Amino acid sequence: MLIFEYAHPGRSAHAQLPSEDGTLDDLPANLLRDAPPALPECSELDVVRHYTRLSQKNFSIDTQFYPLGSCTMKYNPRACNSLAMLPQFLARHPHASAETGQGFLQCMYELQEILKDVTGMAGVSLAPMAGAQGEFAGIAMIRAYHESRADHARTEILVPNAAHGTNPATAVMCGYTVREIPTDREGNVELDALQAAVGPQTAGLMLTNPSTLGVFEKSILKIRDIVHGAGGLLYYDGANLNAILGRVKPGAMGFDVIHMNLHKTFSTPHGGGGPGAGPVGVAERLLPFLPVPVVIHENGLYRHAVEADLPQSIGRMSANTGNAGVLLRAYVYARMLGAEGMHRVAEFATLNANYLLAKMRDAGFELAYPARRASHEFIVTLKKLKDETGVTAMDFAKRLLDHGFHAPTTYFPLLVPECLLIEPSETESKETLDAFVEACIKIKQEALANPDLVKGAPYSQPVRRLDDVKAARELDIAYKT
Amino acid sequence: MFIPADLKYTQTHEWVRVEADGTLTVGITHHAQDLLGDMVFVENPAVGRSLNAGEECAVVESVKAASDVYAPVAGEVVAANSEVESSPEKINQDAYAAWMFKLKPANAAAVNALMDAAAYEAHVASEAH
Repeated sequence: MLIFEYAHPGRSAHAQLPSEDGTLDDLPANLLRDAPPALPECSELDVVRHYTRLSQKNFSIDTQFYPLGSCTMKYNPRACNSLAMLPQFLARHPHASAETGQGFLQCMYELQEILKDVTGMAGVSLAPMAGAQGEFAGIAMIRAYHESRADHARTEILVPNAAHGTNPATAVMCGYTVREIPTDREGNVELDALQAAVGPQTAGLMLTNPSTLGVFEKSILKIRDIVHGAGGLLYYDGANLNAILGRVKPGAMGFDVIHMNLHKTFSTPHGGGGPGAGPVGVAERLLPFLPVPVVIHENGLYRHAVEADLPQSIGRMSANTGNAGVLLRAYVYARMLGAEGMHRVAEFATLNANYLLAKMRDAGFELAYPARRASHEFIVTLKKLKDETGVTAMDFAKRLLDHGFHAPTTYFPLLVPECLLIEPSETESKETLDAFVEACIKIKQEALANPDLVKGAPYSQPVRRLDDVKAARELDIAYKT
Repeated sequence: MFIPADLKYTQTHEWVRVEADGTLTVGITHHAQDLLGDMVFVENPAVGRSLNAGEECAVVESVKAASDVYAPVAGEVVAANSEVESSPEKINQDAYAAWMFKLKPANAAAVNALMDAAAYEAHVASEAH
């Protein structure tokens, strides 16, 4: 039921309303509404019950193991929330002067410094409002760099075929054409193909390392030499930064630009598609192009460096300074870990993934890249199970819900048929991982004994199997028409 | 696997039928629709557009993924099947009846370089993980 369906004309929650001191009689009549807005009229208790019930229906990381991992959103430590919600932060106006916001600006400055240090880049801007905007800012800086050198022949961005779909989309948004580079059987970029593809038209290569296939690109230094040798720049998609956090620095691998998804690696919330934060880091030669504002510290004062300070900046990503509340949560997270704790994120994320990989392999599940060690995630292919029983990765994923686990990512990366991309992240205990493997073994037995049982799942959730095909073919997102 | 013997095939999973008048009818293979799953959207090239061999010219989108469809040979688009655009599920129902577009090839012999059914079957097997 929707909140509107609980509504009753005239019902309201007066106990929560401030007293009606002011009047609005002096508003011009032409600006007044003819009719009250179409808002649900409900009592406070109805509203509380409605939203509490909705939250109970939610299958989330706060209730169950969620092997989508940092790919989607890691567990959000509560301390990050409570500190970022301090009234002094909440009430600060984004246009308040620097003098009145030294504490906030210091937090942002220190977050920039932490991100610089952990990625090995020369400068960081917190301005991008989400990962996609971070990618856009990153490629826009590559473009600005080449243009500042009057090198207008560079029209192509190279993208491995295993890349996130956002990479080619970003390149096109920035006016580049995309050239795909094939991946070999081990999940690495094919070096010969890369060598053949680079030239004076190459603006850069976008790479995720570890890749979307969950393996570390071993030839990264050779890739750097090939791309830099051709005059192109190297872009690091920070989607999988969690796997190497504090252990391997993208700057040391030769990357010129990086974007970081704070909701992935730095545990900020990311519900319902936002708000996000996608800071960008750059190597020395791209410093002049960073998006503004960047927080600087001079003469004992923290302040925003703006267009006048950075005349070659690619400009602003939003009216203000990025998603301050999200950035604060990431700052608290980073400070709680400290430099000595940061690398443990990567270590435990990798250990958990490899433990789960070994348990799944020993239980008879087929790995997509059996010869490779997992970085922080790994891929199981259920192609054999589908061929034998008709049970697909989607069916398997739905049945996991009945067993009390959220499904891992399904059907991505597209290179692997009937795949599950499993990322436990560093926060899960051994007991949880063991229980997940037990559930997978059980579902496989169910699939072999009674495929229809699995194909009909889920049975225990607020809704059964939804018709995603009909939903896509006859898109209807309006409550009432 | 369902691979009609009288058609030609591409590495990128298009099928091609040579019609009596020399035009080429193009669609995606049964194997391709099986991998993609339930189709929800199809976009065909505009009639009159001239294509290079291997050029991205159409899009098929399923509940799992959006994929490009490539021109099997160079030529001009002389027809596009609006029926698969309004009912994408026809590709799932019968991939070889649900053609997408017809090409007038720039060079009639170019089609000979495409794979026959046996070669395509081997190609699919080699791609299987």
